[in-house]
Amino acid sequence: MTTLLAPTPVPELEPAGTAVRIDPQPGPLRRLVARLGSGAARTFVIAVGVFWLFPTLGLAVASLRSAADNSATGWWTALTAPAQLTLDNYAALLGNARITGSLWNTLLIAVPSTVLVLGLGALGAYALAWLRFPGRDLVFVLAVALTIVPVQVAVIPDAAVFRALGIFGDIPAVIAFHVAFGLPFAVFLLRNYFLGLPVDMIEAARADGASEFTVFRRVALPFAWPALGSLAIFQFLWVWNDLLVALVFGFNNPPITYAIREQTRAFATNIDVIAPGALVSMAVPLILFFGFQRYFLRIMLDGAVK
Amino acid sequence: MRARSSVRLSRRLDERRLIAAMFLGPAVMTVLVLVAYPMAHTLWLSLHDSASGEFVGLANYGRMFSGEQTRHAILNNIVWVVVAPTIVTVLGLMLAVLTQRVRWSTALKTILFMPMAISFLAVGVTFRLVYDEDPQRGALNAALVAVHDAFSPPSRYYGVAPRDGTGLVPAEGGYETASPVPADEPVAMPVVGLPRERIPSDAVPAAAPAVGLELRGVVWLDFTRGGGGAAGTIDETEVGLPGMRVEAVRSGVVVATATTDGSGRFVFPGLTEGDYTVRLAAANFTEPFRGVTWLGPRLVTPAVIGAYIWIWAGFAMILIQAGLAAMPRDVLEAARVDGASDWQVLRRVTVPLVRPILVVVFVTLSINVLKIFDLLYVLPPDSSQDEANVVALEMYRVSFGGGLDYGLGSALAVLLFLLVLPAMLFTIRRRRKERS
Repeated sequence: MTTLLAPTPVPELEPAGTAVRIDPQPGPLRRLVARLGSGAARTFVIAVGVFWLFPTLGLAVASLRSAADNSATGWWTALTAPAQLTLDNYAALLGNARITGSLWNTLLIAVPSTVLVLGLGALGAYALAWLRFPGRDLVFVLAVALTIVPVQVAVIPDAAVFRALGIFGDIPAVIAFHVAFGLPFAVFLLRNYFLGLPVDMIEAARADGASEFTVFRRVALPFAWPALGSLAIFQFLWVWNDLLVALVFGFNNPPITYAIREQTRAFATNIDVIAPGALVSMAVPLILFFGFQRYFLRIMLDGAVK
Repeated sequence: MRARSSVRLSRRLDERRLIAAMFLGPAVMTVLVLVAYPMAHTLWLSLHDSASGEFVGLANYGRMFSGEQTRHAILNNIVWVVVAPTIVTVLGLMLAVLTQRVRWSTALKTILFMPMAISFLAVGVTFRLVYDEDPQRGALNAALVAVHDAFSPPSRYYGVAPRDGTGLVPAEGGYETASPVPADEPVAMPVVGLPRERIPSDAVPAAAPAVGLELRGVVWLDFTRGGGGAAGTIDETEVGLPGMRVEAVRSGVVVATATTDGSGRFVFPGLTEGDYTVRLAAANFTEPFRGVTWLGPRLVTPAVIGAYIWIWAGFAMILIQAGLAAMPRDVLEAARVDGASDWQVLRRVTVPLVRPILVVVFVTLSINVLKIFDLLYVLPPDSSQDEANVVALEMYRVSFGGGLDYGLGSALAVLLFLLVLPAMLFTIRRRRKERS
């Protein structure tokens, strides 16, 4: 798979293998310094790790406390008095039609967006990789350029387009916008992956009289499934986590991010909805993250410019 | 024969183009209609008045650079672009180098990278809790207050003041007797204004000082619950205030200090002659430290940048670490054998070797930072949003958040595009190079 950095190996969440064994015969002083140094480094690393976990832990604990407890004391008091923890907020959340409806909307937006970006993107990428036609390189360069274009440059005219189509504020508008802005990156990524296909395989299939679409479906797609999987995760998360596009185009059928943002206007009083709601909205990304760490990492490193 | 084959050839060419068009068509059409044409239209809109539709030249851009709110947003964006990618890159480098020698660096990488999976909205909500101003609720302020109090303990009696008309006057941040008193005359110092829950647990009912020659007196809470007490006298249920610092002052100079006991009494051993002004020291009354208003107007931008660093540090660290792993090890070893210190190796060998990656991280983050919207729309409370404003947020606010000023909104969008442009060119060059 082509990565962001051609000359470096694919970064992974695995030991980098650089355990530095340097001097062959370290003197006693140097050894002492090294030991102290690594002790300090270890302390620093632990401190950073704790520091990084704390905010999320806080949110999780807060989501398990009543609004009254949360407004009176900090979440850490629950660590010494765990009796105050309760699932009431989550029970209430399940009964909150606005929130459950928004979760459903999020799915209704994220799944079609992902499928469309993958489908249309794979078709286009295949053409850029294996079909010869004039302007091919230009299309590729434009795709690369468009991966970085901020969505702000299109939202106002697109609002007019969607109004004309009668879908402004509805789910199809949100999907269409996500697909349009997801495609350049999908095409860029998949085209580079398709280029890794052995020429012989393509030529053999063509010589057998297979149509170009059959080659695409039977040869290229099965070959590219790791890239397709990574891209699916990325695109799905991108849409799942989006707030801006939903604010502009999805106000009639708000997704979860939108619904929670509504609540933050009165943050302290709505904490019993906000905290569990945010945690539920985080659950899906975190499951994908821990389930597919490798894919996740690669694709995030490539897609970070979006 | 030749003619026929060329016809066949051109037919094959046409067919090829048709196939290519069928493959690329849907994607290209979608992008043309919803990305490319809108970009041109946005440029057009930015040159026209949104209400009348008249051509106004660069007037919208003029408004953008002169309007106080938009200018503030642009300045904030500059702060963001200068500060955030730099800190994240440096932190990423530090973490990457340090964790090379730590055994469970994998766990750390997982922890640090996790925030990237989470939405800006969730991060915003998370950090609202972290930055809560009340140290009873906000973790960061609670920690700050704890550290602060460990070094300078809070005073017990802030908010306390002398009972009116009992002869004590404000002085030097504390309170003192209006005039010097002779050493052999006990000083009564009645105060009020201490809530019941802050009465020290070691306080016992106040007692008039025993008779003696040395300067002495009593500080007590001159307040009887439910009323009934007489001002300036020690009533039955009134308690002394222990631990109060009392100073004896003569000619403006503090000559002795004493501390009250459980019943509020104090004695200055040895002060038997002359007149003294007796003062309750300022240290008794200093307001406690209540943490920092993170999301107030002054600190909101640094606070949000803090949350941003939390999200992206893992990204920088992992990319840089991949570069470190690919570094030729013999170069490092040669440097060490030559006696270079760790710091020298880092500066002279490691950093130059991973510089291309540092640049990639930096540019990627710059692009990302320019577009930042969600975090600023969620984390700062509505009252600080003007202060925290950036271009992407302002663009939304003037165009959709009630403004409907499409001219100004489009100008802001074009500005955003121009700001991203250099990074875009850099990325195009890089990605074209890496094609296989």
